Amino acid sequence: MKHGQPSIRRRLHGIMFKLPMMISCREFEDFIVDYLDGELPSSQMRIFNLHLKVCRECRDYLKSYVAARDLAKRALDEDAAQSLVDVPDDLVSAILDARGEGSPS
Amino acid sequence: MLDQQTISVDLLSDEDALDLLRHGDRSQMARFVRHHGVWMLAVSSRILGKRDVAEDAVQNAFVNIFKNFESFKGDSLLKTWMHRIQINEALMLLRKHKRLKEEPIDDLLPEFDTGDCRVADEWTVSPSPESVLQVVQFRETVSGMIDQLPENYRVVLLLRDIEELSTAEVSQMLEISETNVKVRLHRARAALKKLLEPLMGEQTL
Repeated sequence: MKHGQPSIRRRLHGIMFKLPMMISCREFEDFIVDYLDGELPSSQMRIFNLHLKVCRECRDYLKSYVAARDLAKRALDEDAAQSLVDVPDDLVSAILDARGEGSPS
Repeated sequence: MLDQQTISVDLLSDEDALDLLRHGDRSQMARFVRHHGVWMLAVSSRILGKRDVAEDAVQNAFVNIFKNFESFKGDSLLKTWMHRIQINEALMLLRKHKRLKEEPIDDLLPEFDTGDCRVADEWTVSPSPESVLQVVQFRETVSGMIDQLPENYRVVLLLRDIEELSTAEVSQMLEISETNVKVRLHRARAALKKLLEPLMGEQTL
């Protein structure tokens, strides 16, 4: 993807993200997993939330990131529920034979 | 003890299920295998893809369960313990068949400009999973997208986000550091987001 010259707003962001207590979007990435797991220490949580407040791109990104994660979970759960099939008889027999005991029903 | 001839397997307490594993006859064991085998096949199929290999993993898991149930300490539900065994057996076959290759994922990761500011993806529509999931085909497509992820990332995503294991458990199962689990998980989610974007945008139009 070609990005051309950064806009004034992006250049201002670039300057702002270098201020104390601020992180860049690239650094923001490293916090996301711990943030969603509720494992960010409070000091890092403040920094994360501050970036989130001033950066629309990262707000949108995080929203889509969470939506994609949740969608994957729901899709695979529903997919599994729809495609549930009985365990084939030969597999049941093989498992029971492997157990090596019990009498035929 | 409950009458195991008549009660449904899913209503058995863990204590009664263990008793069944100890003393159950072939018919009772068959009901136990049929009941748990359904979800174990689903877990195994998600990890392994191929149905025949998934069945092998289920058989291996049951053999493991029959052999080791006396060491189940009751510090989790029996089903949780069986779930971990099933995942481990599936991973063993995955290593054997696909060898969990280290593959790059760089093309699907987020992009930043020279000032480390995020370059937003073109897609900005807020997805609506409710409406999207009404489309049956879409579910299959999501599975297909997950399958497109490089193996070493796909497995971490499956174990953390779908099977809902902790970072520590995944780290132990895959024999990689917890930091590495988190890095792979983040990259896999970011890549999946990028893969799903055009689909979600299209579905919500």
